[in-house]
Amino acid sequence: MQAEQISIFLENKAGRLSEVTGILSDAGVNIRALAVADTSDFGVLRLIVNDNARAEAALKSAGFTVRKTKVVAVEVSDRPGGLHNILDALFKAGINVEYMYAFVQQSGDNAVMIFRFDQIEEAIGVLTKIGVRIIGGSELYTM
Amino acid sequence: MIFDIEYETMPREALESIQLRRLQATLSRVYATVPFYREKFQAAGITPGDIKSIEDLKRLPFTAKQDLRDNYPFGMFAVPMDNVVRIHASSGTTGQPTVVGYTARDINTWAQLMARALAAGGATRGDIIHNAYGYGLFTGGLGVHYGAEKLGASVIPVSGGNTKRQVIIMKDFGPTILTATPSYSLHLAEAAEEMGVSFRDLRFRFGIFGAEPWSENMRGEMEEKLHLKAVDIYGLSEVIGPGVSIECHEAQNGLHIFEDHFIPEIIDPDTGEVLPYGETGELVLTSITKEAFPVIRYRTRDITTLNPEPCVCGRTMIRMKKVSGRTDDMLIIRGVNVFPSQIESVLMQIDGVEPHYQLEVDRHDNLDTLTVRVEVDEKIFSDEVKELQRLEHRIEKDIKETLGVSVVVKLAEAKTITRSEGKAARVIDRRKI
Repeated sequence: MQAEQISIFLENKAGRLSEVTGILSDAGVNIRALAVADTSDFGVLRLIVNDNARAEAALKSAGFTVRKTKVVAVEVSDRPGGLHNILDALFKAGINVEYMYAFVQQSGDNAVMIFRFDQIEEAIGVLTKIGVRIIGGSELYTM
Repeated sequence: MIFDIEYETMPREALESIQLRRLQATLSRVYATVPFYREKFQAAGITPGDIKSIEDLKRLPFTAKQDLRDNYPFGMFAVPMDNVVRIHASSGTTGQPTVVGYTARDINTWAQLMARALAAGGATRGDIIHNAYGYGLFTGGLGVHYGAEKLGASVIPVSGGNTKRQVIIMKDFGPTILTATPSYSLHLAEAAEEMGVSFRDLRFRFGIFGAEPWSENMRGEMEEKLHLKAVDIYGLSEVIGPGVSIECHEAQNGLHIFEDHFIPEIIDPDTGEVLPYGETGELVLTSITKEAFPVIRYRTRDITTLNPEPCVCGRTMIRMKKVSGRTDDMLIIRGVNVFPSQIESVLMQIDGVEPHYQLEVDRHDNLDTLTVRVEVDEKIFSDEVKELQRLEHRIEKDIKETLGVSVVVKLAEAKTITRSEGKAARVIDRRKI
């Protein structure tokens, strides 16, 4: 049910992002989704890639600090209110969303959102109950 | 104006004979009352009776900051605690401060020396002194305070901080003498400008600045911005506090050491050999009138040169050049002594933080800034930005609580802080003092 996301620590210096994408490209890794969270001094780059093991190895050997985080990829119906229904259900169940970002590809006619939850099992429970489809890791990486 | 005209202008032969008499009395007292000194002398095969001239001083072993730490807190006091009326402390490495004590007579001696210092810096009993040195365990604030009262001047004990209020006090009370650290004084000048108060309209005549190093270039800048004549004051709590030496405003060329209370030597910091006048080396001080906490050949780690030439002011006491640096890695940040190893020990106490850090020291708006760069490796890397920020704040808070200095923590990518074989380049000091 869960998917793995790769998080990378970057200082706010020119060229860091492009170095990461260069390394991944050299390793033949394809980025499926991406988000950057930043402060004035540093940022955390979050990636969904098509080959976690290769990406992690390539980045680590280039000296980057990397960790894997469990996230949940959710199908969201691609019309007004689609996302709101999901967030409302989570809010009512007392589940906190740490962060979220959109996936590049569509899943049929649906959009895909990547969520990070503290209470991942409970969140999956709530989402399943309201009938949204959760996209598992292996399907997500190669969509 | 010379406060203690008899002593400050004493002919050298008379001064040297007083020094020897006081030195011999101090040595026999510490030998009898301070186990640390007795053991040290015995290990060197010396007794107080062996010291028959000032030159014999070089036969005695040195005392270092580590000795004070090893005898923390009161192990080197030479009198019963009942006789100690004041305790001061400065921050030491690994969180252990160096502690010093004073008898009533020591407090009076210190006040006397500080009155001499303030007078040499241009102050008289008719002056109002704005004392912005910190009051508390630090010796600066109270040192100037008691000296000002002994001199008979009117002292305003503003201490450090509350800059806006200080500007209002300067405007309303019209002080004529400023005592502060050089960087804080420039900060005051800027704050005053922002509040529409120009130092040109204030009544300062002289400023007595110390507790951190400052250059001739800085003197020029300060005299121009503060509209006063600036002199340097030197001291260290292990010896007495401020009041070991003072620049006279007449010459502004070297600091007169109060040799009737402290015997100075310059040594080669690597070999310990005593160097002749005119050569640059580490300043070593021996107190010859302190009762509660005498120090014998204390290595200050400050680098200077002794100049025996007679001075236009009439004082016969030898002058030391402005301190040009240190033999160790101690930093002074906004007047607070900081050792890189102290930062290191705070970092090591936080789970997961590796000892890969770097200190960047700079000066913005005349205030020192210390940025601690800490590497983020897998152990402490959290995917959540707020966790990383929490870590930064935690480190800043721990450093502030342990060392008393506010720093900015910046997380850095792993392996970006250069490693080295031996002593890591822990400190990058960008200040142009």
